[in-house]
Amino acid sequence: MTALRCTGLRRSFGALTAVDGVDLAVEAGARHALIGPNGAGKSTLFKLVTGTMRAHAGRVELAGRDVTRLSEVARCRLGMSQTMQHASLFPSMTAAETVALAVQRHSGERIALLPRRRPAVAERAGELLAEVGLGDRRDVRVPALSHGERKQLEVALALACRPSLLLLDEPAAGMSPAESARLVALLAGLPPEITVLFVEHDLDLVFSLADAVTVLHLGRVLLSGTPDEVRASEEVRQAYLGAGRREELFPT
Amino acid sequence: MTAVDAPAVPGGTPAATPRAPRGRAGLLAVAVVLVLAAVPFFLAPFATTTLTRILVFALFAVSLDLLVGVTGLPSLGHAAYFGAGAYAAGWVSINVTAQAPVPLLVGAAVGAVAAALTGWITVRSAGVFFLMLTLAIGESVQQLANTWDSVTGGANGLTGVPSVRIAGEPLTNAGFVYWYVLAVFLLGFAIVWLVARSPFGAALRGIRDNEPRMRALGYPTALYKYGVFVLAGGVAGIAGSLLAAQARFVALSDLGFLTASFALLAVIIGGAGSLWGACLGAALVILIRDALGPSLDGHGTLVLGVVFVLVVYLLPRGAAGFRLPRRNRS
Repeated sequence: MTALRCTGLRRSFGALTAVDGVDLAVEAGARHALIGPNGAGKSTLFKLVTGTMRAHAGRVELAGRDVTRLSEVARCRLGMSQTMQHASLFPSMTAAETVALAVQRHSGERIALLPRRRPAVAERAGELLAEVGLGDRRDVRVPALSHGERKQLEVALALACRPSLLLLDEPAAGMSPAESARLVALLAGLPPEITVLFVEHDLDLVFSLADAVTVLHLGRVLLSGTPDEVRASEEVRQAYLGAGRREELFPT
Repeated sequence: MTAVDAPAVPGGTPAATPRAPRGRAGLLAVAVVLVLAAVPFFLAPFATTTLTRILVFALFAVSLDLLVGVTGLPSLGHAAYFGAGAYAAGWVSINVTAQAPVPLLVGAAVGAVAAALTGWITVRSAGVFFLMLTLAIGESVQQLANTWDSVTGGANGLTGVPSVRIAGEPLTNAGFVYWYVLAVFLLGFAIVWLVARSPFGAALRGIRDNEPRMRALGYPTALYKYGVFVLAGGVAGIAGSLLAAQARFVALSDLGFLTASFALLAVIIGGAGSLWGACLGAALVILIRDALGPSLDGHGTLVLGVVFVLVVYLLPRGAAGFRLPRRNRS
């Protein structure tokens, strides 16, 4: 059973083909990492998967269902949710209001036109904030949160969408070591019904969390395999460092 | 949720925020309503009429604030729905009945339908494009009203609108007209206020803050914007029906660019997103235009321009953003 399958995905910007025929299969329940040097096409691939950007060719299947023609909104309703590389939040809202916005959308109830008390929504938002480590920051407005806290809030927001497939674009970038460790624990503790595909530059984090790794280079898949296979690959090392020293890339 | 609490930022503090001084603001709201209701007892008829005009324009500005301040859609054509509601209510009063809820409901329906017919194009755009599209639609509607003179009276305007009747009795006294307008204003304000505090309103503020992110969270944002556009059109139509009831005359300029831009001015002066701020802004605009303007040889608009520049410099969040220093602010 594959949670996500991309076949021949392609997207170009003028003369530059950012994603060039990518095939990717993410098993259900996997913690699948997507790595690659800057400009490899990771973020563009993410946008094609979530539907933020249209693919010029290829198809995207979510749990066996073709979603290539579906909008971002429809894909989200089918269980795809994402965090943004650069935290993209709501400046006028507090952390709790932000998460409540996603919870109310995915609670199965209609969005009411009149004010009402929604203890279930507030409670769920509080739980999610506590899970990502923002339990005592719930009434702080987004602009007053630190960069790391905003990234944590992104994760809470993505989890509030009740995802079956969670897409994280550099979730730990900008986090302190402590915040990053908490994130790893949180992601490792997610139930197996949630499949995680994540882009990350911190290779320590990648190898401590991932059970599958895909390496992207210049818009193409260089290698897809277990963390050990990727760690051992000569090709991957060259793509990252030219011909660098192995110890610099993968501190062991 | 029964109390009116003062929002601390443009866009307001949703109901979940525990720190909002709800009790005090609620008392203030009740006091304001009581004073407004008592006005005809201690103000001269002319002043009462001016206040009536302010309430009419304030409801129109509040409906625009739902678009501009809450949803982040700056419209320059909102007077089209205000004017459409006014013409419809006036026409029904002349040709069918002036019995109380009828012109009001017709005005609301025509405003909403006009917004529904034009909104599906506009909500697909944003920012300056939205501004230009709404401007174009507003101008087209004005042209339409100008040429369709068998119904609208063309350039002469719609004259001879009879007084609104309640239980068969026409409201001829300025005080009674005032109370009618006040009651409808409070109703319209309550509708907009409740919607802005609802889960739907929270989603609208999300769209204002970050529309792409709202789509990523699974909100069909174009649908939400269309919904609020139609609602704002309906409330503007209600305000239009009040205009017909108060002035008993509808002019071509009531659905034109100048009226639309005065409303936008009122919203910005008051502080976009705080609905009561839009009312303050509307009061200022009407006072300067109608009460001060004639004594300035018709230079009221100039004064408005100066006020606008001052507000933008001194109170970037508008009158509603003005705060006395308060303890415990985070």
